[in-house]
Amino acid sequence: MSLGLKALKKSPWVFHVNTGACNNCDIEILDCLTPRFDVERFGVILVGSVRHADVLLISGPVTKNVLPRLKRLYDAAPRPIKVVAFGACGCKCGIFRDGYNVVGPLDKYIPVDAYIPGCPPKPETIISGIVKVLNQL
Amino acid sequence: MQAFTYIVKYLVFPGFVFSAVVGLLTTWVDRKVTARVQYRVGPPWYQPFADMVKLLGKEVVVPVNARSTGFLIMPVVGLAAATLASTIIWLVNLRPEASFVGDSIVTLYVMTIPALALILGASASANPLGALGASREMKLLFAYELPLMISVLTTIMKVGSFSFEKILMYQEYNGVMLGSVSGVIAFIVMIFCAQAKLGFLPFDIPEAETEIAGGTHIEYSGAPLAIVRLNTAIMYVVMPLFIITLLWGGVNFIGWRILTSILKYVAIVVIMVLIKNTNPRVRIDQAVRFFWGPMFALSVIAMILAVLGY
Repeated sequence: MSLGLKALKKSPWVFHVNTGACNNCDIEILDCLTPRFDVERFGVILVGSVRHADVLLISGPVTKNVLPRLKRLYDAAPRPIKVVAFGACGCKCGIFRDGYNVVGPLDKYIPVDAYIPGCPPKPETIISGIVKVLNQL
Repeated sequence: MQAFTYIVKYLVFPGFVFSAVVGLLTTWVDRKVTARVQYRVGPPWYQPFADMVKLLGKEVVVPVNARSTGFLIMPVVGLAAATLASTIIWLVNLRPEASFVGDSIVTLYVMTIPALALILGASASANPLGALGASREMKLLFAYELPLMISVLTTIMKVGSFSFEKILMYQEYNGVMLGSVSGVIAFIVMIFCAQAKLGFLPFDIPEAETEIAGGTHIEYSGAPLAIVRLNTAIMYVVMPLFIITLLWGGVNFIGWRILTSILKYVAIVVIMVLIKNTNPRVRIDQAVRFFWGPMFALSVIAMILAVLGY
């Protein structure tokens, strides 16, 4: 394992993408940054630009409008990049699977490295998912 | 031989390597104190170093429409300038005879170059949010430079010399500037200016992560981003040290003074982190009004008091 990947395990920067989620998963992500769970202990921070990202945390079923943007976002991220499908919608479109504008699920379009199920997932589940992604490196 | 010692001083001690290590440790102190203020645990001490190594190993993306030369070279220019400022300040503190005429003015000029480099780099990135960040950085630069220069003049008026050596000697014999009324006022003004110069809350308007997604940093990835962050880390050493040199008697590594020096440095850093953690981001017009209004008035009052001898 190279030094860069070893360091990547110590500081995974997460970029959060909402591809049409109902905002519940997004609230749960913020829970991980609060005093009880504090993922900054492990070097995880949320970044504002996709160019800084190491992990793409994608919540929501993919809608028709967001699909081209999602593909561009994935191309814009610097490699190595890990993709995590987040929540029931990110994994299998959840309750929106019959929606007229839903073209998901996510793994039809971009390669996904880990799935974090739940509606919404608990913070413990999120941390366990991130650990699994990092162990794949 | 002379040139060789200069190169060693610039690249190793007290220049690039030393300042980078101290700066990265300072960013750790920043993150740890922030975490404790928010009742969290915070990252381990090696976190900034892990971030640097990781960023150096990532892919470097250059946007299609960007002017790639300017985009990639500007962080290096900023880093060179920040290192130069750090080298000058450390050298005059550790060996006052290394001082030269007008080195405080030179340092003040060199310290603006990282901000200018960031503006040029962000403008070359062909990103609308980057351009927005660059324009805000420029306005902020105009805003805080005025009170900063006048509060530097406060010390210079009182001491009657432009050189760091005379300023340090004066404080050695007459007590530190911070013991006088004008010194305290200049200190308050300079702390706020340092806050803006380092891009911290409440003046992180050019970077505003939740608003314009990183602003001036938005298109940087991999090694250039590492350099941009290292730049900020070294400026994090330069700014507190500049304030200590001008107002608080400088730092020194001889005997017990090493302890007081570290305490002074950490005290200023903690004051800045506490301001950062207790204030929301202001708008750019509010920031400009703040610096050209109350801060400008305070710094002029400090200068008048210094001339009158208080």
